Amino acid sequence: MPLTEKDVRYVAALAHLELTEDEVRQFLPQLDAVLDHMQKLNQLDTSQVEPMAQVITPGAGAPPARLDQPRKTFSQEEALSNAPDTGAGCFRVPRVIERE
Amino acid sequence: MELTDLTVDAIRAGLVAREFSAEELVRATLERIDREDKSIRAYLTLSPERALAKALEIDRRVAAREELPPLAGVPAAVKDVLSTQGLRTTCASRILEHYIPPYDATTVERLEAAGASILGKTNCDEFAMGSSTENSGFFPTHNPRDLSRVPGGSSGGSAAAVASSLAAVALGSDTGGSIRQPASLTGVVGVMGTYGRVSRDGLVAFASSLDHVGPFGRTVVDVARVLGVIAGRDPLDWTSADVPVPDYLAELDQDVRGLKVGVPDEYFAGLSAEIGDNIQKGLDLFARLGLKIERIRMPHTEYAIACYYIICTAEASSNLARYDGVRYGFRETGAEELREMYRKTRDHGFGAEVKRRIMLGTYVLSSGYYEAYYRKAQNVRTLIARDLLEAFDEVDVIVTPTSPIPAFKLGERMDDPLQMYLADIYTVTASLAGVPGISVPCGLTRCPARLPVGMQIIAKHFDEARLLRVAHAFEKAGGFEIS
Repeated sequence: MPLTEKDVRYVAALAHLELTEDEVRQFLPQLDAVLDHMQKLNQLDTSQVEPMAQVITPGAGAPPARLDQPRKTFSQEEALSNAPDTGAGCFRVPRVIERE
Repeated sequence: MELTDLTVDAIRAGLVAREFSAEELVRATLERIDREDKSIRAYLTLSPERALAKALEIDRRVAAREELPPLAGVPAAVKDVLSTQGLRTTCASRILEHYIPPYDATTVERLEAAGASILGKTNCDEFAMGSSTENSGFFPTHNPRDLSRVPGGSSGGSAAAVASSLAAVALGSDTGGSIRQPASLTGVVGVMGTYGRVSRDGLVAFASSLDHVGPFGRTVVDVARVLGVIAGRDPLDWTSADVPVPDYLAELDQDVRGLKVGVPDEYFAGLSAEIGDNIQKGLDLFARLGLKIERIRMPHTEYAIACYYIICTAEASSNLARYDGVRYGFRETGAEELREMYRKTRDHGFGAEVKRRIMLGTYVLSSGYYEAYYRKAQNVRTLIARDLLEAFDEVDVIVTPTSPIPAFKLGERMDDPLQMYLADIYTVTASLAGVPGISVPCGLTRCPARLPVGMQIIAKHFDEARLLRVAHAFEKAGGFEIS
């Protein structure tokens, strides 16, 4: 089923992207072509195949979890140094509760 | 030969013999950047003070006749997706245009601890998403071999810097070919180690199960030296492997006779004669060196692009959720509410290709499509990895072209993302399986004239020593200059 402009807007909303009308029109055929190519995988029967989520290399032991010890980390000043807006030692953002 | 054209070994010898100082070498390279980077545009940010401070430290150690570290005095470039403390790190994205990391990536720290001078940060496709460096949020990089053409990508700036002697070596990152492909298109050497061989700490994440950091150089010896420095377990990256790092240099000159080279049939079907002829001459050279050439099958090759682009976009959509205008980076002003701020910031901060990939990744992970796309791709990833591992029961290394096409004209392929993705066909398989790969120069094309062709060599997990040994034998026998 081909992708529609409505699908593109729905996915953009999920991804917190505010696309312009031009972008929606530009992306629609491009995304559709790529998704269509991805359907190729359905030619394969994978019912007996385990999924591979991560590269597990033969010979590499499981990396040990580090000890749960306190260690030096960023100061509050360093942590905030790249923030667009701060106040009272915190990240400051616009209103969180939205109006209907 | 200019000072800036020297290899790592020649730099070391020159420093020890006091033919030049590390400071002179860094200054000469910075002057060359000043002269030539106006037309190539490999660098996004220069760090002359940082480079000179390290060079002066090396010169003091030379004067005191101290033992020199392995990369003493080597002018190096770093792709702008690796964090550098106090030095702007943009990922070639407007959204991080003014971001100053509070720490160094482990690989950057190791490079400097080994004596290298970091000259600056190199251009790339935004967040390493692309195959031409045209997706940079700032400007495209030009291929030093032909300025009207792309240097490949995503690590195009690092490749172009090394190819034009604006750095002796460079660091890049490779998720689906982003070191090997630009190395191929610019005529230099680029290596992606086994997944976990090199720490990803401080590498800005694109697709975490596929991301690698690795070196560029003009010779196999140079990349072997850099890989030896940056490889090894890092407690700050849980996926970095606890596997000893061999002395790659000590093994470079060992005999290659009798090694078996696998050549996958699927990789040569439909390949242009322009690339295929060069790779065939490379294989003939291997045969003359006493290696055994064997045809092999990799039956799932045709599914690799679909599998790779589902997994990498899914992981990217998750990793790039962090760019929301709150803790770092660009924020669009004027939004009255938080979610509106997220949307406006992300729409104005990201370029078209990054948005496309976030959209694709969000789609393949969304309710109703997860099983059909993402889960399916993980299953197929198992099959693709199995193809490779089964091949390695029969052969020691696998040889393929690195890219099906030589460097193309700037702007030529920008309107068709799928065509751009399909050109990654030869590099994504090793990425999905997590095995190491290297691209080495393998002669020049005839039409269009004199563009570099790259040969990819792939080896088993943690078999970088053999990979480098085969590549070095090829280099010594004149393979780089095949014609």
